[in-house]
Amino acid sequence: MRIPILKLQNYLLVSIQVELDDQTAIEFQEDLLNKIHETGATGVVVDLTSVEIIESFIAKVLGDVVSMAELMGAKVVLTGIQPAVSMTLIDLGIHLKNVKTALDLEQGLIKLKQELEEK
Amino acid sequence: MKGSLSKVPISKEWDIVGARQTGRNIAKELGFGSVNQARIATTISELARNIYLYTEYGEISFEEVCEKTKVGLKIIATDSGPGIKDISRVMEDGYSTSGGLGAGLPGVKRLMDEFDVESNGDGTKITVIMWLR
Ligand SMILES: Nc1ncnc2c1ncn2[C@@H]1O[C@H](COP(=O)(O)OP(=O)(O)O)[C@@H](O)[C@H]1O
Ligand SMILES: [Mg+2]
Repeated sequence: MRIPILKLQNYLLVSIQVELDDQTAIEFQEDLLNKIHETGATGVVVDLTSVEIIESFIAKVLGDVVSMAELMGAKVVLTGIQPAVSMTLIDLGIHLKNVKTALDLEQGLIKLKQELEEK
Repeated sequence: MKGSLSKVPISKEWDIVGARQTGRNIAKELGFGSVNQARIATTISELARNIYLYTEYGEISFEEVCEKTKVGLKIIATDSGPGIKDISRVMEDGYSTSGGLGAGLPGVKRLMDEFDVESNGDGTKITVIMWLR
């Protein structure tokens, strides 16, 4: 199953609504980078509101896709990380320090706008 | 519902998701809250992924355990893989032989109440427990 990526002006919006298995996560990584390349998007919001578990493998895939997108020139904000997910990530010792996050999609878009205007 | 509850074989990538769903359902039935369900599901993912990555075949089994007035969920991950040579090393955050985050085993130790590893050249057995409170 592939995760849909929507384009809104210069941004890409992704809402992950499925249980992330390895295959889906890796396809998502590729699809997002291709979409950034095709559209020239300058910002991406990845909404994780429906994601109930992020273990170390998925955390690595997400962290990597953020770094890869930024290498291509697009800023990425992760939004909607559930309380239980944030607690398990900290127990795993994964702090996602280099990753920008926001409470929800709306805040994520605001954060992206600010980040892009600062440049 | 006492003793052995279920056993899930791990050999394909998809088995990781299956084991985690089975474990989450058992945790829910035993009465764990949503945060601890997430801790348990994350633990199962990490242990099952290690079996999938580092061995040919293994199993994750689930048991209800009772001690005096406490009830808990015991999860046992066994495999007949190459074993872990230096256990203290793999318990360090960030140590990985596969380019992973190396967060799995030290993370599982923090996620659960009890954690034990036995490993030799015939395989590895990791036992964890979370108590209901
Ligand atoms: N069941 C196992 N059998 C053999 N080696 C294992 C097993 N589980 C873990 N290991 C070893 O321990 C290391 C650390 O595991 P872990 O903490 O889960 O981090 P990661 O999987 O990201 O490398 C692995 O890289 C691997 O070398
Ligand atoms: Mg691991």
